[in-house]
Order: sequence, then structure tokens, then C-alpha cells
Amino acid sequence: MSVPPLPEAPEEAAATITAHARAAALLPQPRIAGPMPWVIAILIALVVMAAAGGLALRNLADAARSDLAAAVTVQVIEPNPDLRGQRAEAAVAALEGMELVRSVRLVPQDELAELLEPWLGAAATSGDVPIPALIDVELVRRASSGEVAAIATALADVVPEARVDAQGDWLRPVYRALAALQWLALGLIALVALATAAAVWLSSRNAFASARDTVEIIHLLGGTDNQITGIFLRTVLREAAFGALLGTMLGLGAAWLLGQQFAALDSGMVGAGVLRLADWLAIALVPVAGVLLALGTARMTIALALRDML
Amino acid sequence: MIDRSTEIVKFDNVGLRYGTDPEVLSNLSFTLYPGSFYFLTGASGAGKTSLLKLLYLAQRPSRGAIRMFGQDLMTMPREKLPELRRRLGVVFQNFRLVPHLTAFDNVALPLRLAGADEQRVTKAVSDMLEWVGLGHRAQAIPATMSGGEQQRVAIARAVIARPRMLIADEPTGNVDPDMALKLLRLFEALNNRVGTTVVVATHDVHLLKKVPDSLIMRLNRGQLSDPTGALRYPPRPAPSSVPGSKQ
Repeated sequence: MSVPPLPEAPEEAAATITAHARAAALLPQPRIAGPMPWVIAILIALVVMAAAGGLALRNLADAARSDLAAAVTVQVIEPNPDLRGQRAEAAVAALEGMELVRSVRLVPQDELAELLEPWLGAAATSGDVPIPALIDVELVRRASSGEVAAIATALADVVPEARVDAQGDWLRPVYRALAALQWLALGLIALVALATAAAVWLSSRNAFASARDTVEIIHLLGGTDNQITGIFLRTVLREAAFGALLGTMLGLGAAWLLGQQFAALDSGMVGAGVLRLADWLAIALVPVAGVLLALGTARMTIALALRDML
Repeated sequence: MIDRSTEIVKFDNVGLRYGTDPEVLSNLSFTLYPGSFYFLTGASGAGKTSLLKLLYLAQRPSRGAIRMFGQDLMTMPREKLPELRRRLGVVFQNFRLVPHLTAFDNVALPLRLAGADEQRVTKAVSDMLEWVGLGHRAQAIPATMSGGEQQRVAIARAVIARPRMLIADEPTGNVDPDMALKLLRLFEALNNRVGTTVVVATHDVHLLKKVPDSLIMRLNRGQLSDPTGALRYPPRPAPSSVPGSKQ
């Protein structure tokens, strides 16, 4: 009785590459039916929406800050309309002589009355209520609080009734609110990333537990940890990629719908929050990061589980 | 032909316990040499399977020292174990076939894990399946195969990569006498022609007669009662060698 012809020992160099590819086929590759892809899809959709919202808020805040940071408003508070006009003219002249000032515009009384009408009603145009003269001052650059104070001091010598306000100061609470919303979006992204990692961890542990017998056999036949991990990573990659793609589509759809709703407001400030190309590229990285996070988590989970085996 | 200048396995005062239970194996000291054929016998619960688990690297001993292929297993990092395992062929007591793989793919597993060329794998596995009489069942999955067929697949998988040591736990338990003899001849052929060291655990005393040059290791309540090989079947009166020597 003869022994059937047996293969020669495989060459080591070739072994690593082909063994990894073959090892990936050692466990059944079920259809996408478990909860993991759907959980990932939901989580990625949330991240895409949070990222889109956060980036839009950042753009909006940047636009507002750049518009208002290099400007101050001067109010001339004088109840007598005749004196008010004279002092406003004097203030304009004084401001125009300052190095830091690029342009000065005395806001016409009609325009002021129109601005205040929604709050003061007919009183805004009747002249019964004294309305301060308003001067819009555009600076050559963003001014520090010391420089704004210097403008105020110089102006006080000419027009003691003048009050100087940095326009950015008015919106400081708004900036703070926008910054808080951006941090909220970032926090949400971090939490969702954590939830994604937890979902993948649980799913990988379950997959490992249910395939433990097969893993043991492969181990005892000389399979390496890398080969065994590769088997699981192939499944995780498939499911995570499917979930990430679906979640990105859902998230982008929701972000687009919200964008349409805000665009319908036709507000200049909201319009400044439009997403730029770099923002879309950053959002496109969300599913890639999600898949990488899932793969990293699965790899670590399987490596830890394998460490318990001899 | 036994090469006693080198050793395949050396156990030195090895003990094994599971958890806090009493030792299932105690004070085992023996050497297995290349090209030898061993039968491991003993009553149920004597510790045969536990000893085999130590041999096929599924378990580390609780105490003592084991050297395998010249390497100290006690200090060897686990990343190095796959390399050693690939030099072993194992026939598990309950076959342990991968349930969703076909007979062909189960037999091909050791070669594929070692990265063998697929053309070579196809030829070798087909030949091996033909030889164990399962050429026509190559695409069957284990659940559709009889116990005997599964056992033959398990044996084919164990020998396909031409291991340096073959460890078999009751390999003929589920096959008819003709097939048992045929499988034993395969083990013998590997032993004689390829130089594979063979360790077969069995209850079947009739099997011991079939391999005349074999050595017998008998386990009794976790202890090797035949450290010198004197209890080989049939018994010999003047043992003068350690296990692993053929006289």
C-alpha cells in the first residue's frame, strides 16, 4: 500500500501572502443580516449630520467675525436734534483723521428710523423719541480693545457725548453660542464614535464566540493570529463599509434637506454658513474614518480574545 | 530507522492539572525520537487525551518542562507556536472538521494555512481523498458524511502536509476493520518512508499487533507506567531502552 504523493513544504516567502488571502475564506461569509451594518449606518448618519452642522456653524461664525471684527459703531447721544447733527459731523471729521480708520459713514436718520420702526412703531419717525446719531466706522484691520478705547478717548475730546462700541462685542454672546454648538457637534461625534466602537466590539466578540470551535481548529492546524484576525476583519470590513455607505447617504440627505430649509429663510447670516468644498471633503472622510474605526476595534477585540487561547 | 541523536519531544517531570483539580498527569518524563511509532494506551480517564493535548500544543503543562523540535515550550512566546504546530499532524478524537467547509477544503486547510500553491494543493488533496476512498465525496460537507467518512477526512487532513509528528486520538474508532488497517498502513508508510514520528492513542489492543515495530506507552491514572517501553505489545521480558527506541 503506497502513500499518495504529498506536496512539498511551501516556501516561506510566498506563504505569508497567499495564506492571508486563503485564510479569509475559512469562515462562512454570511449575507449582511446582523444588526451591525444597520447600527453603523445610523451612527454614521448621525456623525455626518453633526459634522455638516458643526462645519456650517463654523463657517457662519467665521463670516460674522470677519465682517464685524474690523468695525466699530459710534453713537452720538444728544437729545437736541440740531446739536446732535453738528456733533455727529464733528465726530465724523475727527474719525476720518485717525490712522486706524478706513472709512466712515454717518447712517442717515431715515435709515435709522426704518431700522427702529419694528420696535418703536410710529414713535421712531415722529421725532418725539430722541434717537442717537449712528456712525459706522470701518477700520483698516481688526482693532484690539485698547485701540478701540484709544479711539473713544480721542473722540471724547471732540464730542464728549460720543460712545464707541466694537461691533464684534455685540455679537460676542452669539459667537459663544455658536462655539458651544460646535463643541456640542464635536462631542456628539466623539460619543457616536465611542458607540460605534462599542457596537463593533460587541459584534466581534459574539462573532468570535460563535466561531470559537473553528478558530481553535485553525489555531491547532498552525493558523497564526494574523490569519485568524484576517478572517474576521474581512466580515467586519464588508459590514462596516455597507453601513458607512448607507449612513453617509442618509446623513447627506438629511443635511441637504436641512440646508434647503435654512436657505429658504433667505437670511444673509445663515447664507454664510454654506458648506465649502473642503467641508464636503471632510464629510466624505466620515465613512472612511467609521470603517477604519470598526476595523481597528475588531482587530483589537479579536487580538485580545486570541490572547486567551494558547 | 530511529535517529536517537536528536529528539522530537522531551518531557521532564511534567504535570498537568485543570484549575484547582488534582493532577490528571503526574511526573511524566520520556523522550520521543524521530521516526518512531508509539501506541499510547490506557483505560478511559487515564489521561491519554490530556497527554495528547500537551503533544499537539493545545495545553501548557502546570509544571515540568517540555522540549519539542529542540525548542523549550515553557519559555516559547505564543507567536512562535503556529510554526511548531505546522510540523504536527493531528487526528482529533471527535474529528474537529470545520463544519461549513467541504471535505476537500477541510483536507486542504493545513496546506492553505501554510501558504501552499493552490495548484499543488488541488493535486495533493485530490490524491489524498482518492487514497482514503473519498474521492467521490470531495464536495460533501461534514454534516452529510458518516462518522467513518468524517474520520477519514480528519486523517487525510492530518497527514496531507507530511508532518514531522503525527498524533492521533483513537483514529480507527469509527471505521470498519479493513479501513482501520488501511489507515494504519498509511501511518506506517509515513513513519517508514517520510520518517514521521507517530503517536496513536487507542483502546484497541488488536491494533497494537498490526505494527510490529511499534512501542507502547501505557498511562495509568495520569502516570506513565511503562517509562522504559517494556510493556510493548506483545510484552517483552528484558526492557533496556527508553521509550522511543526500537529493539
